Amino acid sequence: MASPSKDGRPGIGWALPAVVFFALFAVVPLVLVAVLSFTTWSGLGSPEFAGFDNWVTLFHDPVMIKSLWLSVLLTALGVVVQTPLSILLGVWAAGPQRNRAVLSAVFFVPLLLSATAVSVLWRALLEPNFGIPSQATWLFGDGNLLGDRTGAIAVLVLVSTWQFTPLHALIYQGAARAIPAVLYQAAEIDGAGRVRQFFHITLPQLRNAIITSVILMVVGGLTTFDTVLILTQGGPGTDTTITAYYMYQKAFKGFEFGAGAAIALLLVVVATAVSLVVVRVSGYDKMAGTKEGM
Amino acid sequence: MTKRRPNYLAGVGVTLWLFVVALPLYVMLGAGVQSRADYGASGPLGFPDHFTLSNYVDSFSNGFGRYFVNTLIVTASVVAIVVLLVPPLAFAIVRNRGRSTSGVFRLFLLGLAIPAQAVIVPMFYVISEAGLYDNLIGVILPTAAFCMPVCVLILTGTMRDITDDLFEAMAIDGADARRVFFKLVVPLSKSGLSTVVVFAALQAWNGFLFPLVLTQSEETKVITLGLYNFQTQYGVDIPGLLAAVVLSTVPVLLVYLFARRALVQGLMGVGGK
Repeated sequence: MASPSKDGRPGIGWALPAVVFFALFAVVPLVLVAVLSFTTWSGLGSPEFAGFDNWVTLFHDPVMIKSLWLSVLLTALGVVVQTPLSILLGVWAAGPQRNRAVLSAVFFVPLLLSATAVSVLWRALLEPNFGIPSQATWLFGDGNLLGDRTGAIAVLVLVSTWQFTPLHALIYQGAARAIPAVLYQAAEIDGAGRVRQFFHITLPQLRNAIITSVILMVVGGLTTFDTVLILTQGGPGTDTTITAYYMYQKAFKGFEFGAGAAIALLLVVVATAVSLVVVRVSGYDKMAGTKEGM
Repeated sequence: MTKRRPNYLAGVGVTLWLFVVALPLYVMLGAGVQSRADYGASGPLGFPDHFTLSNYVDSFSNGFGRYFVNTLIVTASVVAIVVLLVPPLAFAIVRNRGRSTSGVFRLFLLGLAIPAQAVIVPMFYVISEAGLYDNLIGVILPTAAFCMPVCVLILTGTMRDITDDLFEAMAIDGADARRVFFKLVVPLSKSGLSTVVVFAALQAWNGFLFPLVLTQSEETKVITLGLYNFQTQYGVDIPGLLAAVVLSTVPVLLVYLFARRALVQGLMGVGGK
């Protein structure tokens, strides 16, 4: 037991209100989602036990399988597009250029908008008759970007890149500022140029930042929802129906809450597993420092 | 540093990115102050010739005033809950000698990995059962709970930076935990606390999923939901839509202008550490 507070140390009671509150609204629902995934519930009355019905149905549901692939595809595209961009922007922002502060301030604005606002903004921008595509028909054909599969996926990747690149650039900026200047000075003396310095000093030193950023992107990518709901409604057809959106459709549009809960649970498992794999593969859990040889 | 030649490649790249970021923002600000007819005639990239605020006025007559008030209520309540609950918790995690607090800390770390989508179905069940469906309280409680993990992380980080000597000095004076908390920990955690306040406020202000699923009537609509509805109803009224988007962001932009540091740290949340 915690000692009485003669030494000015808090008892465990200090933690209790927060723990109870958090347990009620975050932990209990997480347990409940597992329970509900074995029930049938239409949102009215009480959930009925249904065994593995939801799970069996899901694994035979082509839309479900497709949604998982789409989630992975969108997430992977997001990582591939955003990572180089945000590393370059972050490293640049950590440097000594003039105008940096002003530009950084502008670059930051997309992050201030809610995902809802960003989606509504881009939908308006891409409106086939009055939007930007209508100004450049030589590039966009009929201008209905969201009307075909490739276009819709490209738009989703573009929009999330537009919104979240600043966040990841910030992570890299902080990490790049922490790189000891002495490394660069040594490289200068050895006659290494800017490009070589970037690949041999900056990138290796940013390793932990890259891992942090990629994990955030993966979890964010797998749980993308607002943008899909507003920009594509999962369409055309089911071509952008990613898992998180399918869950919402099943539960809150189709009133199959049991199936929705099963999809949600699957989402948690996949997101956690991917994060763990990233951590494992990178050796991040061994907390290997980037300070070796210093 | 030695004097270096300017990096032209970086300059070009940054200018390109500036274009990508700024173009949508320019269209957003420009379209919002044009009439629909003008916008249709001049196109999205045209310069607004006849400046008008009618879109903004229309937004308010379309109920945006109420959405603003609701969003403010949600935001203030979420911030209040977080500020009341998290500092004592972080204090216990950092200073309690018992073994249970490390378990508590791990519980909140686990919470970082729970996406809101994962619990939205049972949340709907719990909130409905509690009779809080379509009630702002039903939005406030889960929103606050889902901010907590990041806030705990930020505050424990800040409190760990307080040196042991200060705690020892207070213990020698015979101060009890409550006094240590109010006289030492709170004053020295100001930066962390402001980050937490900004983070929680942003989460609440921009929250969409909980209001979408847990409310339905006009009386309980928040701004993000108002925007979404506006989009589904008046999708072709682009100037009107974009004016509403600007309105929904104005408070955040103001905070950004006046408290940039706290806001950036708040946005960084986890990434900052």
